[in-house]
Amino acid sequence: MYNASDLRKGLKILIDKEPYVVVDFQFTKPGKGQALYRCKLRNMINGIMIDRTYRSVDSFEPANLEQRKMQYLYNQEGHFYFMDLQSYDQSALSAEQVGDAKNYLIDNLEVDVLLFDGRPIGLTLPNFVDLLVTRADPWAKGDSVAGDSKPVTLETGYTLRVPPFIEEGIKITVDTRTGEYVTRVK
Amino acid sequence: MSPGSNDILSQKERQALSAKKTALSRRAAITQALRRYFIEKDYLEVETPCLIPAPAPELHIDAVRAGEGFLHTSPELCMKRLLAAGYPKIFQICKCFRQGERGARHLPEFTLLEWYRSHTGYLELMDECEDLVAFVLEDLGLPPVLEFQGKTLDLQRPWPRLTVREAFERYASTPLEQALAGGRFDEIVAFDIEPSLGFPQPVFLHQYPSALAALARLSRQAPGYAERFELYAAGLELANAFSELTDPDEQKARFERELSKRKEQNQTVYPMPGKFLRSLPFMPESAGIALGVDRLVMLLSNQGEIDSVVSFTPEEL
Repeated sequence: MYNASDLRKGLKILIDKEPYVVVDFQFTKPGKGQALYRCKLRNMINGIMIDRTYRSVDSFEPANLEQRKMQYLYNQEGHFYFMDLQSYDQSALSAEQVGDAKNYLIDNLEVDVLLFDGRPIGLTLPNFVDLLVTRADPWAKGDSVAGDSKPVTLETGYTLRVPPFIEEGIKITVDTRTGEYVTRVK
Repeated sequence: MSPGSNDILSQKERQALSAKKTALSRRAAITQALRRYFIEKDYLEVETPCLIPAPAPELHIDAVRAGEGFLHTSPELCMKRLLAAGYPKIFQICKCFRQGERGARHLPEFTLLEWYRSHTGYLELMDECEDLVAFVLEDLGLPPVLEFQGKTLDLQRPWPRLTVREAFERYASTPLEQALAGGRFDEIVAFDIEPSLGFPQPVFLHQYPSALAALARLSRQAPGYAERFELYAAGLELANAFSELTDPDEQKARFERELSKRKEQNQTVYPMPGKFLRSLPFMPESAGIALGVDRLVMLLSNQGEIDSVVSFTPEEL
């Protein structure tokens, strides 16, 4: 059990049986009055943000969350399948739960899958992933609008801008937090 | 940790402290001016212990445990014992401690200025607040109209007065009675009313419902209300004042109510402050006020966060 005084950014609690993470938090208290904790919380299943005000008498159940190392296997009919690296159990996440992470999911990639009460609800990617360039147009030099970069398509279907020397068949490192090119894999 | 990283951390810590120089100089000047004001007005400066066996039993104020006792949450009880013993005008500037109070305007260790005066009521304290701030401004060589966080702070006297009921009518969508019945008074004051109070001039919020004043005398003119006011400036709660309750039986009954509510809520139940209660019958009619020095410094140095006006926050220790 958590008390209101335990509230801080990043705390994960249960509200109406769903896991929420505190993303913003403000303490205030009229001198003689009760302590008030104004929180912004994000639903960890559907991402919806809510505002709540708690008082010192309020208490919360911690959300039963667990991260497990899993390997990405394949996607089929809008679901992405992962294998637990310890138990070899398979878990599935919907396209909605995977979101933009699908741009980096290549076979055998190791990710952290977040489980709530044993059910998978999301994943965390490694910060950097190496991906193969499957399509690169020759660089049109003098294209001042584009600057010194050109678009390429990666094996996952993701397109991004890279320096002109990147060609088809080359592997590049992408920062999964920003979606941007980092370096060419040697 | 590499040998250089300690130096880098220390440099950051020293830079953060150094950046507070202007605010800390202003703080010193304000504290010295406050002291001069009360000395000039024939108040006696007193020091009462921080470590006490029994803090005032108030439902929403949590004391920090220290050894066998507690750190005081305000010097109120000891100062009233001095009043009862025949010290008619006293003031104190001291550190107070309240468990769990940490926010943009709260520190668990903060500085209070408290002053008490016998044979006077809370209305006279309003005049004294205006007088005190005017004295400090003059002492610091500051103009009466300042800027605070992009807004105008006009400290010229007199300051308007607003009843709690008027404040609810003006700023809140919930009527006062409904807020009290639903236990939402504090929430509405903190979020709907307080942010609008004290622009451009400070304002005295007064006529508090009697349930909201553990140590105040009930009003003789307005039944159901307590002789209590709060001073707000630029959305900041700056001071809380009472005509002091001097009836020991009524005071004991109120303390018992607060303690039983604390027990219900699984909060620390403090011992009854026996020596204070025993001295109450000898306390003349008096009025007293607690003013947050850190917040006054915020106002007069245009700092929006309390962290900027103290040398160290708890996190920086």
